[in-house]
Amino acid sequence: MVPTNYYVILSAILFGLGVFAFIFKRNIITIFMSIELMLNAVNLAFVAFSQALGKLDGQVFVLFVIVVAAAEAAVGLGIIILIARNRQTLNVERVDLLKL
Amino acid sequence: MLEYLWIVPLLPLLGSAVNGLFGAKWPNKFVSSVAIGSTGLSFLCALEAVREFFDGGQVLFHKEFFTWIAAGNFRAGFDLQMDQLTVVMVLVVTGVGWLIHIYATGYMAHEGGYYRFFSYLNLFMFFMLILVLAANYVLLFVGWEGVGLSSYLLIGFYFLKKSASDAGKKAFIVNRIGDFGFMLGMFLLFKAFHTLDFTAVFQAASNPAWGHEGWGQFGTFTVACLLLFMGACGKSAQLPLYVWLPDAMEGPTPVSALIHAATMVTAGVYVVARSHILFAHSETASVVVAIVGCATAFFAATIGLVQTDIKKVLAYSTVSQLGYMFLACGVGAFSAGIFHLMTHAFFKALLFLAAGSVIHAMGGEQDMQKMGGLSKKIKYTYATMLIATLAIAGIPPLAGFFSKDAILFGAFQIPGGHPLYALGLLTALLTSFYMFRLIFLTFHGKQRYDERKVHVHESPWSMLGPLVVLAVLSVVGGWLAAPAFWGGPDYFTNFLAPVFGGHEVVDAAGEAAAHQLELILAGVAFGTALIGIVVAYWLYLNKPGKPDGIAKSLKPAYTTLLNKYYVDELYAAVVVRPLMWISTVVLWKAADVAVIDGAVNGIAHETTALGDGVRHTQSGNTRSYAVWVVVGAIVIIAVIFFWPSAGKPVLGMVH
Repeated sequence: MVPTNYYVILSAILFGLGVFAFIFKRNIITIFMSIELMLNAVNLAFVAFSQALGKLDGQVFVLFVIVVAAAEAAVGLGIIILIARNRQTLNVERVDLLKL
Repeated sequence: MLEYLWIVPLLPLLGSAVNGLFGAKWPNKFVSSVAIGSTGLSFLCALEAVREFFDGGQVLFHKEFFTWIAAGNFRAGFDLQMDQLTVVMVLVVTGVGWLIHIYATGYMAHEGGYYRFFSYLNLFMFFMLILVLAANYVLLFVGWEGVGLSSYLLIGFYFLKKSASDAGKKAFIVNRIGDFGFMLGMFLLFKAFHTLDFTAVFQAASNPAWGHEGWGQFGTFTVACLLLFMGACGKSAQLPLYVWLPDAMEGPTPVSALIHAATMVTAGVYVVARSHILFAHSETASVVVAIVGCATAFFAATIGLVQTDIKKVLAYSTVSQLGYMFLACGVGAFSAGIFHLMTHAFFKALLFLAAGSVIHAMGGEQDMQKMGGLSKKIKYTYATMLIATLAIAGIPPLAGFFSKDAILFGAFQIPGGHPLYALGLLTALLTSFYMFRLIFLTFHGKQRYDERKVHVHESPWSMLGPLVVLAVLSVVGGWLAAPAFWGGPDYFTNFLAPVFGGHEVVDAAGEAAAHQLELILAGVAFGTALIGIVVAYWLYLNKPGKPDGIAKSLKPAYTTLLNKYYVDELYAAVVVRPLMWISTVVLWKAADVAVIDGAVNGIAHETTALGDGVRHTQSGNTRSYAVWVVVGAIVIIAVIFFWPSAGKPVLGMVH
């Protein structure tokens, strides 16, 4: 059996990658994917702890996270399509009209 | 009707409300019907109430309609009362007021704001009726302030004209000075008697325990009376608060006739007469009233000598006549004062209305130097105005003769009253002189206007009708109090006796001597009036160049009079400008701009600066927001793990 801390370390690495991509990538779709990566890294940690503690709470949380992620994907992709249509670009640095 | 006395003031209020709310879109005919109808009905109701008052044996009628203010032991109610004094006032106010309303429908026919004018005029009637019907000082004060408000609104009726709106403000502010004293007087009365109801106050004051306050003693009565008299000075335009009345002539002429001659300005006399029991306690207050009245009468008459604006002459004449009324009150001849109030309401209203008719005929010209020779062109106006002038000059058997004679007789009789009598007589001379100067300049002599420019025309009958009625009253009004030597029983004094107290009973010989004295004084007064007329005739008709010559030879006196003794300038220098300076430099620029605005604007400015500094974090760049999110998350996690107390319960939830 694989020790729990392996899962947690993997989860942390995946989360860190997600954060890194979230901050430094320019393409909106890539940023979006990095958010998914972070969510799933958290899911992995939840499942690992759930198994280690022998409780189902963590797995219930995972289901919630998946539902939220699906809803977020629906809304987020809609926004991305609109941005692409209106601005003819997916570069976040050029989508900065909200500043003062 | 006596039981429903509140209807009398309510009708004009209704008329005012209806005209004010709906009149703007109505044709003039509707508006004037409402205005005349409401005041006319009010007059009829008042007549009916007076009839019932007479039927009921002339006992004081007093009714509490509802309680207005109740606080502790203090009660101020909507209480109306009717006694002999009220009868006189109510009939004068509603009767003369009604006639002037009728006149105004003709006079104002071509003016803008027709409904507004009548709404204000009716509002004035309401407040004036409250004033004279009130049964306590508080309700009287409501009417007192209300007529001041209406006066302000009507003086400033042509509010686009700066002089008119200024005159309105002046009237209001000067009146406020007097009202301040009036209020203090009320407070003092309440402190002394724990009530402000007339009957209760006067009953308490009649208690002999209060004693008499002699000359120079400043007890409760003296101070209260002087404070009330201060209010009366403001409202009735006495020295030193008379300055607003001449300026008030900026209002339309019917307003000058109704408010600034016949009714409102007599409110001060009414208050003094109403409070005569208080004044009777204080010799100082009575003497002050008499001296102020007499001085005002003379002072205003001298200014009236040289005025060239027809309405200004009448305005100073009004101030002067009001002075006579106060002189009467001061010397204890209250019924003579009220009698002069009534006859003055007739002939002065008539004078103003006739002057309005002249102005109407001249197409708005008010300068007498640009009139002359009008007597043939506007005959009715001339005839009625001549009657009023004879009445005010004191020619028997017209109204003014009797009332003025009664006042002078009263002044002559009191100990030490001879100087007052002499000054009063001199004023009578001046009065007949300046009034006939007005007549001669306006109606006689050469015409001094350009006939091609001015189309002189007689006024419509809606204006002439009231003139004729008032002319009749100016003739017969005086007969009510025809003194005994005329064979008259002096109805008026006897009628008012229950209010003011009866005559002292003197033996037959003394009475005969008094009659003889009165006859002599009447003859002297008549002679004085004649001299005034003759001098005016001689100066203004016989030798038209003479007045200018006299003016030149007496230049300092003439310019002083022409500039009204520089009183306005004096007040401007002593009161207005220092106040303006304090307001501008201290209150406005220092207190308001620097301190209050400074604090408010400073806070606003700092907030803006803070926002300006912080807004740069809002770059609009999505990735910078992302960094903030991550940093925030890291900070929160750090707090959870490393904050000694915050971390534990959160971690505890995991288990």
